[in-house]
Amino acid sequence: MIDVLYFAWVRERIGLPKERLATSAATVAELVAELRSREDRYAAAFADLDALRVALDQELSSFDAPLAGVREVAFFPPMTGG
Amino acid sequence: MATRVQAAPFDLAAELAGFGQGPKVGAVVTFTGVVRDDSGTLRHMEIEHYPGMTERAIAAIEAEAAARWNLVDSLIVHRYGKLAPGEAIMMVATAAPHRGDAFAAAEYLMDYLKSRAPFWKKEFTAEGAEWVAAKSDDESALTRW
Repeated sequence: MIDVLYFAWVRERIGLPKERLATSAATVAELVAELRSREDRYAAAFADLDALRVALDQELSSFDAPLAGVREVAFFPPMTGG
Repeated sequence: MATRVQAAPFDLAAELAGFGQGPKVGAVVTFTGVVRDDSGTLRHMEIEHYPGMTERAIAAIEAEAAARWNLVDSLIVHRYGKLAPGEAIMMVATAAPHRGDAFAAAEYLMDYLKSRAPFWKKEFTAEGAEWVAAKSDDESALTRW
């Protein structure tokens, strides 16, 4: 099981901040493909990966990163701090 | 080094009262980020963040600054939640023996906070609400370091 978190407009588009999923995805990209195929709201949120960032266990990562051993995946738009 | 992420307003004077003390400190630089209202129609802003990752990311940025420059201390306070125009969003303070290190480290911290700390701003105006898009300038600002 893996915790998947969504922030900002990704959270709004999907309609929830967090969910726990059973997945056989080996990489972030495979997880994204699984999510996209679930429902339209996921397909909409993940339509453009260039507009998204991903963190694995709270560290910025990339879409080709492996998911082995990862407990928490977060998807969000580019950050606007400061 | 210290990092605080909080919803409550902060008091700049109180934050600085105990900061940068000691015989090695010759320069203290502070920066305060304020909610701007370019259009004149902003009602408020909401800042969302990623609890846990936010503190880790900021601490990592601060540690990197401490490794690059001769700093005695640094402080970052960043707010989240609902903020009105004119309210302070965040502050950075650096203390160093010399001003060059204090200025450079403060700019570095700001540049990295902009695009590497997990905060997202949403602006609420009379016309509706909109997420603030990241600026490509903010991303390219990182290349100078």
